[in-house]
Amino acid sequence: MRIALLGFGSVGRGIAEAVSEKDLGLSITAVADSRSGIIDADGIDIRDVLERKRTTGLCGTPGITADDVIESGVYDVLVEVTPTNADSANPALGYITRALAAGRHVVTSNKGPIALRYDALMQLAASRNVQLRYEATVCGAIPLIQALEIGLAGNTITALNGVFNGTCNYILTRMTDEGLSYSQALLEARELGYAEADPTYDVKGVDAAIKLVILANSIWGLNASLDDVDITGIDGLTTDALALAEDLNCTIRLIGEIIPEKRILKVSPRVLSKDHSLVVRDTLNAVTVETDMAGEITLIGRGAGSRETASAIIADILFIRDCHVERT
Amino acid sequence: MKLEMKDKPGQLIAALKPISDVEGNIMAIIHQRDPSAAPGDTIDVQIMLDLPGSKLESLVETLTSQGVNVVRIGEERLLIRRSVILIGHIMHTDLTDTVDRIDSSGLAEVAELGMVMPAINEPSSAKITLKSSSLEEIGRAIDLLRSVAREKGLLVIEPLEEYP
Ligand SMILES: NC(=O)c1ccc[n+]([C@@H]2O[C@H](COP(=O)([O-])OP(=O)(O)OC[C@H]3O[C@@H](n4cnc5c(N)ncnc54)[C@H](OP(=O)(O)O)[C@@H]3O)[C@@H](O)[C@H]2O)c1
Repeated sequence: MRIALLGFGSVGRGIAEAVSEKDLGLSITAVADSRSGIIDADGIDIRDVLERKRTTGLCGTPGITADDVIESGVYDVLVEVTPTNADSANPALGYITRALAAGRHVVTSNKGPIALRYDALMQLAASRNVQLRYEATVCGAIPLIQALEIGLAGNTITALNGVFNGTCNYILTRMTDEGLSYSQALLEARELGYAEADPTYDVKGVDAAIKLVILANSIWGLNASLDDVDITGIDGLTTDALALAEDLNCTIRLIGEIIPEKRILKVSPRVLSKDHSLVVRDTLNAVTVETDMAGEITLIGRGAGSRETASAIIADILFIRDCHVERT
Repeated sequence: MKLEMKDKPGQLIAALKPISDVEGNIMAIIHQRDPSAAPGDTIDVQIMLDLPGSKLESLVETLTSQGVNVVRIGEERLLIRRSVILIGHIMHTDLTDTVDRIDSSGLAEVAELGMVMPAINEPSSAKITLKSSSLEEIGRAIDLLRSVAREKGLLVIEPLEEYP
């Protein structure tokens, strides 16, 4: 199966590396970053492109754009891994729309388009008989969407809660373990590359809230937006508060919660018993789903990272190939 | 604790099973059948048991959901406790008033308040424990605390689930 990559950053390169190292039956026929692109219907030499990106900062020829890649048509699946824009979802939304309209499958890790335009994009995909998959948008490597849609098919999902932001989880872990202040822990997270230069979206709970919106719309069809989520971040937390929780043999984590029946969509720091299964360490993510037949199921894993996110993207691509294309 | 249940075969067992499920140790059962009671009337059963305080709440919930009415629990009436953590200018936003508004609501009492005083002008953190006689009332008391906190610009960190 031929794939075209839009975005050649941490995630894009992770996908390229996995495709070149592993025998997955995938070939990359086009790549674009913000300033260049490369298109070759016979398959690109991935090692070459990775090396060029490393040394020059460009993946291909200046002047070849993401739009050229989309129009080239030399791919079966468009893999869209450009930066997230939570306000307009663009330019990713435009890229995805055009590829779907042209009858191509799309796999993305980009939260913007899925959170803002889930219904419209899914309708478009259905009308062209192609797939749009987005496993990587929520909880990185954890196969949460797959579990909810397929593994737990037939169950009613009555509630879901979890740790959706690794940056916040890291900060809280460090405040608890070392008694660091919030700002010290944030600084450390930045130095280790766990937090962006502008960590606002993470620490104010917005990133977790966007993930709840994606789940609310895709799993329950709640037609929610960010405004529907009751959001409290971790930026007001004190080391003292964590110590008080410790006295109760508890700790504090940033928890995203969906109870569809009550239309509860909430991100807030919560007190949890230390042995609660959602109390995971460092940058891990964890999600518990409550179902009517299967009972409670908890998934724990890495919520971000180059290779980890590539894992979710590749699983989506192979799912399309093995469970959609080959059956139709 | 004193239980009230339907006078039907199997009811007493139904009431005892949840107690052993939460590892409660039954010390005595006083079960007086009233000879004049008609079938279907409720009967009173008193059970003395030894149980970790943390398990009591879930036991009461299970019993209630099985149609067993818990009439009275021990000597202590306000048995349901909930702790939340508050962050903000707790003192300067009139702590006495915050506590009074809970106490005077009739829903719950502030049972404990532990506060950590930080450096001047830094927000302080406190653990506040409410106790009440029912799950419903303690839930409403927490709602009230939440709205008082919002009004005063305090952050409330609530438990995800009940904990002791
Ligand atoms: N990193 C993770 O662990 C993770 C996990 C889950 C989801 N995600 C999501 O995955 C996406 C990619 O993340 P990332 O970490 O790989 O980001 P990144 O390292 O910043 O890479 C973004 C890539 O997109 C390229 N790009 C920017 N604007 C473009 C445009 N208009 N057209 C084509 N390419 C463009 C950039 O080009 P240049 O190289 O020229 O700058 C860069 O190669 C984001 O939406 C992110 O939210 C990431």
